[in-house]
Amino acid sequence: MSVVDRRFPATPARLTEIRAAVREAAFLLGLPEATAGDVVLAVDEACQNIIRHAYCGECGDIVVQIGRDGPHLVVRLIDFAPPVDVSRIAPRPIEELRPGGLGTHFIREVMDDVSFLTPPDGAGNLLQMTKRIGEP
Amino acid sequence: MNLDKREHMGAVVVELAGEVDLQHSPRLRKALMELMLEHRDVVVDMGGVSYIDSSGIASLVEAYQMARKGGGRFILAAVSQPALRVLQLARLDKVFAIAETVDGAVGA
Repeated sequence: MSVVDRRFPATPARLTEIRAAVREAAFLLGLPEATAGDVVLAVDEACQNIIRHAYCGECGDIVVQIGRDGPHLVVRLIDFAPPVDVSRIAPRPIEELRPGGLGTHFIREVMDDVSFLTPPDGAGNLLQMTKRIGEP
Repeated sequence: MNLDKREHMGAVVVELAGEVDLQHSPRLRKALMELMLEHRDVVVDMGGVSYIDSSGIASLVEAYQMARKGGGRFILAAVSQPALRVLQLARLDKVFAIAETVDGAVGA
């Protein structure tokens, strides 16, 4: 069951709209408020990564799909940028006190599973993130 | 994102409110950098922050590091629950000086 399937321009100005769509989907799927806030953060950070590191400032779109698979909320983010080198995506050591690089740490910290899947024809990357519904 | 500045008992208080995200955090970073150059003690009132992401946190980290280098103080006050959650995820809730109230931060 998909509750969100929308295409957004990959720009910082549209992140507010993406967050609102994620929050609404999380509500519809019955996530507790605190968990919903975590999922909103994870999707926002993943979209930022697409804007900054996949599209590298070029124009493009992000397709946001959110649905339910059994006990899990499933988020799929599809972009049309060149395929990213997944081996180069890693959170930095959290012990280091420096300004950048926290986004990937947040995503890994709050979501249960994060993986790049084979994208559909014509797309560049497909990131799937799952979160158990009902988990505090 | 709303950002206002005021002087309070010798310190500069930045009232930060709304959503601090990738679109708005460059303005926060610029404001904090300028303030840290001009003032020794800066307090950020985060009571009205409804959302903050890694780019907003990065601006706070940069200001904190600047204060440490210059011997000043950079204090977060009245941190909202959504902002505190993100600080905790970043393990920064034990790094930053955090006061329950602005008055407490200024008097600290």
